[in-house]
Amino acid sequence: MQKFTRLTGIAAPLFRANVDTDAIIPSREMKKVSKEGLGEGMFADWRYSDVANRVENPDFILNWPCFRKAPILLAGPNFGCGSSREHAVWALQDYGIRCVIAPSFGAIFQGNCVRNGILPLVLPEPSVAALAQAATPQLLTVDLAAQSVRVPDGTELPFTIAPADKEMLLEGLDAIGVTLKRLPAIRDFEGSYRARNPWLFF
Amino acid sequence: MGLSLVEKLWARHCVADLGDGTDLLYIDRVLLHERTGSMALKGLKEQGRAVRHPDRAFVCMDHIVDTLPGRSDTTIMPGGTAFIHETRAAAAEAGIRVFDIGDDRQGIVHVVSPEQGIALPGATLVCPDSHTCTQGGLGTLAWGIGSTEAAHALATQTLVVKRPKTMRVRFDGALPPGVGAKDMILHLIAAHGAGGGSGYAIELAGSAVSALSVEARMTLCNMAVEFAAWTGLVAPDAKTIDWVKGRPFAPKGDLWDAAIADWQGLVSDADAVFDKEIRIDCAAIAPTITWGTSPQHAVPLTGHVPDPDTAADATAAQARRRALDYMGLKAGDALVGLPIDGAFIGSCTNSRLSDLRAAAAVLKGRKVAAGIRAICVPGSMQVKAAAEAEGLHLVFQAAGFEWRESGCSMCFFAGGEHFGKGQRVVTSTNRNFENRQGPGTRSHLASPVTVAASAIAGHIADPRSFLGEG
Repeated sequence: MQKFTRLTGIAAPLFRANVDTDAIIPSREMKKVSKEGLGEGMFADWRYSDVANRVENPDFILNWPCFRKAPILLAGPNFGCGSSREHAVWALQDYGIRCVIAPSFGAIFQGNCVRNGILPLVLPEPSVAALAQAATPQLLTVDLAAQSVRVPDGTELPFTIAPADKEMLLEGLDAIGVTLKRLPAIRDFEGSYRARNPWLFF
Repeated sequence: MGLSLVEKLWARHCVADLGDGTDLLYIDRVLLHERTGSMALKGLKEQGRAVRHPDRAFVCMDHIVDTLPGRSDTTIMPGGTAFIHETRAAAAEAGIRVFDIGDDRQGIVHVVSPEQGIALPGATLVCPDSHTCTQGGLGTLAWGIGSTEAAHALATQTLVVKRPKTMRVRFDGALPPGVGAKDMILHLIAAHGAGGGSGYAIELAGSAVSALSVEARMTLCNMAVEFAAWTGLVAPDAKTIDWVKGRPFAPKGDLWDAAIADWQGLVSDADAVFDKEIRIDCAAIAPTITWGTSPQHAVPLTGHVPDPDTAADATAAQARRRALDYMGLKAGDALVGLPIDGAFIGSCTNSRLSDLRAAAAVLKGRKVAAGIRAICVPGSMQVKAAAEAEGLHLVFQAAGFEWRESGCSMCFFAGGEHFGKGQRVVTSTNRNFENRQGPGTRSHLASPVTVAASAIAGHIADPRSFLGEG
């Protein structure tokens, strides 16, 4: 998995409440059993005025020249709620988004981000709103090891993250590989668990 | 201090404490479907990893399959056939059982799993699908995950999970006539917001939940994810045990006796402490419907579209304005009487036999209004067969409803069938997001009886007018 350590880039404001994963990647844009190429369908219903012909909607924030290549999104509360589709994260990744800053996230989406090298960064709602409403594009530096976001006036905004998520992102860990190292412990548990709950086994 | 049900289930599945509030949990059941499960199986194969216990994993074909009579692997969803074929092949290679097209057990994964006795009280169950929480209605600790996590569960029979906070929502008092589990959960989300359950495992409890059927409890738990909860569940009781008994994959004989002895202890202790408690008086719940594009945009059916300026904050007000624009409504509009174009009964929320019976009671002897496209999609082929054995299909068809094969169908738009731009649909599903049921389609979430009543009236209608006395 791609590591996430430190990132400096423009943050595009998409400060709306409850942006769901259907909006991030509409189901009809999931055309193949694949993670590849989903960036084109990202936010398709908002990003294109004519979805079928990929005619861009000039009003959509990511179509503004200053935000087209933004690697950071400034999002509203409960971002990524709804469907579990990991395609939402794969679409962001394919497009080039490496970090989403929001007051809160949908739980499954947040987990999917961490497992794909995207940092879901939680800041208090007033902080995110202030950045999103700034008059000029905000160049931010996100430092995961230091757990801080540096904003253009030099202020450092601290953030918290679960230690396991931090480690996975910093190290780019293969989660299955890490757990498989515990296979002896899992087997031990399984033996006693089966003795206590035999009806759960076929 | 006593323990809550979630804490008890957590403890019995904890393989290892990984520190910082994270545990390695043992997973009893892994369910997959062709939309996201295909990616989990593909990921494992690419990594050269095996499924540890294929006998405890199951695949349901539900998301992409057509629900039209005479269906095959060819679907009207673009690219859909590849999802079906690749999932089937990968499952066969891994030795995982598939409830496939043509199997009389096929259906929506969250309907099929409880119905087949795969989900059991006290078990842990995961699926790369957000509505996995539905199965919490049986007292199963069931939650939705992504495809990468599903691959982890398949390869290791465990997941690394952060301990959630605990919440109890108590619904007490008697439900008024015409009000059911769908109205209860919409009421909760409207009152506390679509983010209200964020970070919590929620036990749904109280006398009104005890009084619900097991199927209705699944409706209640289904929308825990629309409340942003990690999951929801209801403690198993005698009704649950009766409901599970004799199902194909449920334990039998001595194992059954041992199981029910255990399940009877699956309750929160009287002195359990929850991080948050919410109490709801069911007498105050009316038939409820959404007006906007978030499940929290719900009001009593007899109410009006709220004014964005009365929202809690600027972000919520802006969301309401966007929703009004999308839905073609304005503040103060009455919901009852709003003309509709479509009516949909189905989805993992409301497609079980009790839902179809309730809707049929409204439809019996009546006709869908002219120009309304009305569709019923039973949640599983078993539900469909049971409904047909009671003659319910005749009621739906005589009223003018299409009677379909089972699947997720028009709960979401994947490039195939949809209701059309600007079309207003009353739907028993769980998501009223922009474009969820089709580009520009305007979805109003409601109970199956409200959908049925509205289909007959041709506009959003109060089911209580169709339920005889009361």
